[in-house]
Amino acid sequence: MYVAVKGGERAIRNAHKLLARRRRGDTSVPALTLEQIAGQLAHSVARVMGEGSLYDEMLAALAIKQARGDLIEAAFLMRAYRTTLPRFGYSRPIDTARMLVERRVSATYKDLPGGQVLGPTFDYSHRLLDFALAAEDDGSDLPVDTAPVTDEPMPRVTDLLGEEGLIEPDPVTDEDAPVGDLTREPLSFPADRDLRLQNLARGDEGFLLALAYSTQRGYGRTHPFAGEIRYGEVEVEFFAEELGFAVTLGTIKVTECQMVNQFQGTAKAAPTFTRGYGLVFGQVERKAMSMAMVDRSMRWQELGEEQTAPAQDVEFVLSHSDNIQATGFVEHLKLPHYVDFQAELDLVRRMRAEWFDRRKADATDGNQGRKAAE
Amino acid sequence: MREPTSSPDEDTAIEDRRKAMATLAEASPADIAEKFAALTPPSYELVRRPETGLVMVRGRMGGTGSPFNLGEVTVTRCVIRLETGETGSVYSLGRHKKKALQSAVIDALWQRSETRARIETDVIAPLAAARRDRKATVREETEATRVNFFTMVRGDT
Repeated sequence: MYVAVKGGERAIRNAHKLLARRRRGDTSVPALTLEQIAGQLAHSVARVMGEGSLYDEMLAALAIKQARGDLIEAAFLMRAYRTTLPRFGYSRPIDTARMLVERRVSATYKDLPGGQVLGPTFDYSHRLLDFALAAEDDGSDLPVDTAPVTDEPMPRVTDLLGEEGLIEPDPVTDEDAPVGDLTREPLSFPADRDLRLQNLARGDEGFLLALAYSTQRGYGRTHPFAGEIRYGEVEVEFFAEELGFAVTLGTIKVTECQMVNQFQGTAKAAPTFTRGYGLVFGQVERKAMSMAMVDRSMRWQELGEEQTAPAQDVEFVLSHSDNIQATGFVEHLKLPHYVDFQAELDLVRRMRAEWFDRRKADATDGNQGRKAAE
Repeated sequence: MREPTSSPDEDTAIEDRRKAMATLAEASPADIAEKFAALTPPSYELVRRPETGLVMVRGRMGGTGSPFNLGEVTVTRCVIRLETGETGSVYSLGRHKKKALQSAVIDALWQRSETRARIETDVIAPLAAARRDRKATVREETEATRVNFFTMVRGDT
């Protein structure tokens, strides 16, 4: 238990001033601009927007600057900021089929309709440090190739499988049915898939990555294939009550991952492919893939599978995925616990005294016993 | 949230306005400011001052299934009324209050029959063209990364 303390105001004020100075670093080096962070550290910005659950690139850039590059602290700042704003409402669901695709790959079909475009990716790079980036050259004149565009549509891989009836259909409920919202009501169990997906979408990338990896290593196997990963820009539409029609708010960038999973079938369901779904703000493929794998793992009950592994345990996964909550609880241990600890000290001292007394008494009894025997 | 039904003419008018508003929403604050500065400044009053808030973005399970909440976006909205009576509105991503105000004025001028043609040619058309160009560039750059994988038979080199 944490008990409030008084005092330390001056020390705290000075510590924060010192933090500001250390954050600025060597003043002979120019300060980072938000444009530099937003433009050149796009993956950090995307991660902070996703885990902060707030899409705004310049705000995320500010949060990263303020947090000295601590991305969890930055996501925390985003979550705190959002509480200061009114909620206008809910968007219409984004349509990822109409994405301005900047990257689309499939590990299941090499010749899928619409083809594959690699886009900006670390894949197939040799992971050798590029010392040209350390040199003065700022890379502003790097040439990029272009090619004439064919307007071939890019249907989702899961839709192709769906046409053959080889994959389960997406669940469709009444459009007016309520959709769970973790920003409105705290998480409770059992949690339906809408709440699970929202939780995963803002969950910690590292935690989800580890869970997804655990399913590959045998803790609740789901036999996943990356059916499709696509990244690009989608429009966000919002129905404005006072206007009486849906307005386009602008575009955001998202990564979508469709995991296609083998399913042996059960007494209730025929063998078919099943789905795991990942959708995240920005280009965050590792997270989108992990999310899709963990989403699929948590569907064990609905598919009549056996629960054997941590990644299938809905309550365990959802209760520990939020790094803002996690860091709050872990890091609060740094704050003064003096009263608490004082009580513990007294208790431990008393128990030790009793223990030593008892041992002494036992020893005396033992000696007397031995003497009596002699 | 079921949309009200309306006549086909009204539908076309709404669709045209939706497109104009979408173009404004997607334009950068600098581009809106530049186009706004070139207009004859109209008299207007604020009905709802520029206000930044949140919209919760939804996705669909598997891309086509039931909706779920993905995360929020910042949105700025504003409503103005021209002296001549037309009401202009805006909802656009981000926290740009000046852009919201200027966009609302442009939306009102777009609705005014006397100024619509000018707004279309001087503001909406060039902004829409810039957006098309930007998207075309993304498509062409992406296209150059199109890949064809070949499956190798085991033992081949």
